[in-house]
Amino acid sequence: MIRTEELLLNVGPQHPSTHGVFRIVVKLDGEVITEATPVMGYLHRGTEKLAESLSYTQIIPYTDRMDYVSAMTNNYVLVHAVEKMMSIEIPERAEFLRLIVMELQRVASHLVWWGTYLLDIGAMSPFLYAFRDREIIIDLFNELCGARLTYNYMRVGGVKWDAPPGWIDKVREFLPYMRKRLNEYDKLVSGNEIFLARIKGVGAYDAETAIAYGLSGANLRCTGVNWDLRKDEPYSLYDRFEFDVPLGVNGDCYDRYLIRMEELRQSLRILEQALEQFPSEGETMGKVPRVIRPPAGEMYARIESPRGEIGCYIISKGKAEPYRLKFRRPSFVNLQILPKLLVGETMTNLITILGGVDIVVGEVDC
Amino acid sequence: MELSLESITPEERQELDRNVFFGTLEQLKAWARSNSLWPLTFGLACCAIEMMGTGASHYDLDRFGVIFRTSPRQSDCMIVAGTVTKKMGPLLRRLYDQMPEPKWVIAMGSCATAGGPYVKSYAVIKGVDQIVPVDIYIPGCPPNPAALIYGINKLQEKIRYEAKTGKRVTNS
Amino acid sequence: MSEEQKDKETKLERTNNVSEPQSEESVKPDTEVPTDTAAEAETGSSPTANAPASTGADKPMRAPLTEEEKAARVQAAAEARAARAKAAAEGGEGSAEAPADKPARTRDKAEGDAAGEEKPERPARAPRAKANEEPPKPKEPSPKQPLLDRLVAMLKADVAEDAVEDAVINYENDHLPTVTIKNEHWLSCAHQLRGHLEWSCEYLRNLSGVDQETHLEVVYHMINLSTKAEVAVHVKVDREAPTVASVTPIWPTADWNEREAYDLLGIQFTGHPDLRRIMMPDDWVGHPLRKDYESLDSEV
Repeated sequence: MIRTEELLLNVGPQHPSTHGVFRIVVKLDGEVITEATPVMGYLHRGTEKLAESLSYTQIIPYTDRMDYVSAMTNNYVLVHAVEKMMSIEIPERAEFLRLIVMELQRVASHLVWWGTYLLDIGAMSPFLYAFRDREIIIDLFNELCGARLTYNYMRVGGVKWDAPPGWIDKVREFLPYMRKRLNEYDKLVSGNEIFLARIKGVGAYDAETAIAYGLSGANLRCTGVNWDLRKDEPYSLYDRFEFDVPLGVNGDCYDRYLIRMEELRQSLRILEQALEQFPSEGETMGKVPRVIRPPAGEMYARIESPRGEIGCYIISKGKAEPYRLKFRRPSFVNLQILPKLLVGETMTNLITILGGVDIVVGEVDC
Repeated sequence: MELSLESITPEERQELDRNVFFGTLEQLKAWARSNSLWPLTFGLACCAIEMMGTGASHYDLDRFGVIFRTSPRQSDCMIVAGTVTKKMGPLLRRLYDQMPEPKWVIAMGSCATAGGPYVKSYAVIKGVDQIVPVDIYIPGCPPNPAALIYGINKLQEKIRYEAKTGKRVTNS
Repeated sequence: MSEEQKDKETKLERTNNVSEPQSEESVKPDTEVPTDTAAEAETGSSPTANAPASTGADKPMRAPLTEEEKAARVQAAAEARAARAKAAAEGGEGSAEAPADKPARTRDKAEGDAAGEEKPERPARAPRAKANEEPPKPKEPSPKQPLLDRLVAMLKADVAEDAVEDAVINYENDHLPTVTIKNEHWLSCAHQLRGHLEWSCEYLRNLSGVDQETHLEVVYHMINLSTKAEVAVHVKVDREAPTVASVTPIWPTADWNEREAYDLLGIQFTGHPDLRRIMMPDDWVGHPLRKDYESLDSEV
């Protein structure tokens, strides 16, 4: 007699496609998922507890390692929170450097996402293309601040290193090169029938679900909700530049894909405008006291990282260390929709949906 | 058939020197193993991105014979790249046990070497050598891809040295 | 420029007795001090125009008051008392007294003042009831203050009289209205915040647990995406038996955040569908983020 039973399958934590140490326990009925339970914490390093005994400048390297694919935005959220608490003014050149670096980081992060997403889906070559272009950006960062991945670049009040001579020209040269490459990537991937068949219609949800689950970034905009913190709660110098916010319609993986590719182009547009307006001279650090002691109070600062809304909630009691530092991590919050989305999907779509959410496990676990 | 050393002409001698190698079977095995190290993909944290970057187009690892395998049963080296937390420790040991002999471990990055920047954390294992025996330690946070390639080359040298001399590099 | 200068001057006149959750810049960089006094002396339009001399060691920036200033302050205090009595008669009493006072006062003054014309008004604004105590920082009324008052009024009316313990504006954080709500009323307040037509904060941004040494606390930040009205809510929780109503039925995004707060701080969320550890291994003992946490295996 033929008998079927439910299979309990463990996806991860060591898995080529879970983007890090992330585990999903799925109950399978054949190929169809009936229940999915994510288990995380395999990379929980206790950053928040460590931060309670470190000064703010010492916490900046730890923020790098949280969302290691887009470290500059993490740096910025912490530094921005402290500067708001202390009402420090940042010189123009430093702010421009920060913005340029953050947008370059957005390009690099989306490239990593693109490369690894397509690798998960099964295409091997876009990974190599993406990382080749990312190497160029990383070389730029290496020249600027000495590190490839964990930059430790921003400080409370400005940035640590000024742009070396010729750096701005190199960034300027990079932009048309990247645009050409993006067109090539589109030709390579976006019209591919196999790719479209795997992605269209997969993992769709509507706007109310997205807002109820607190999604942010491309996951929220794919349903049509126009919420981008660079436009709606502008920080840094984003209100000086013109750029569009791509919105999706269906809320499925294909929309998220298109939105992120378009965000890449918009980042290049912002970079162009920023480089035009870049002040040729200026300070890189504002007036900051030697020991950074924000006054007692609390602050919740948030910015738009490539993954969504990253927030930094600081409670300070007037000392040099924070009393409580909590990071609102977009990957952590975005991942909550996964159990709901996976019910009824096939096993192959699990990887597609997981990749489309764009998580970084260092951020999920903090 | 007789072979006497005087009857080998100098030209023959030179040709023999160029084309004939002498060695033990152990050295042959070590040469084969070192030049096709297949690591298990064990990227945990930020070092994983650097490992991916090393395997990508710019710093290619395939030229060293290194292909990342996803199953522990088919790999002979484990590059622990990233922070090992206490939750992950038992799983790491289990994966190490599932690898067939001969196997080596490279601890990449300062978190795997000794806890790294998270050494004071409550949830981090301070060094992966508390769980598995490590052959090569690569410091850095994260190490440059060139450093990772250097570490892999050092492992290759170690494999060949241990086979050639029969001595182990460390006492453990 | 005048605004900025006025800002600097308000900082100078802050007293240390007033402890409010707004940012209190009790520690300031030393370099700013001499320039401010110089600026003060220059303009002469500040109320402390006589001399920027220090009156006391703990208040280096205060200057001795003139007679007319003292009279002005006494009068202002009387006005403030009257306004407070009026507010108490209308709006409710009790826990929201002290801060609600201040809103009432500043609201009064705001009606009287021209917007932004602060310097001549400063003596009239010195706002404390006890005339012998020094006046606190005269902050300009926040643009979000009416919002906060409406929120407090709504919560008081719809939920309970004493639901709101404290309501302030967090100036540094873009004037974020911050309310502290009593633990037992939190669930109904949350329903109001989500459902009430004016508020309907459907996007819960952040949920964090805090270990203040005497008690635990849960902090929620939420926003209404269309009107961009934001609120921050603090709910105090007892340390020995920490329980709070879970808001997962209202905002599903709170699910894992509450699990994280439970895991790291030990706060029990009643009504949570699946409260178990999320970050630490399932058999972990203790709650790591607490201030008195001792790790059992710190040498590993």
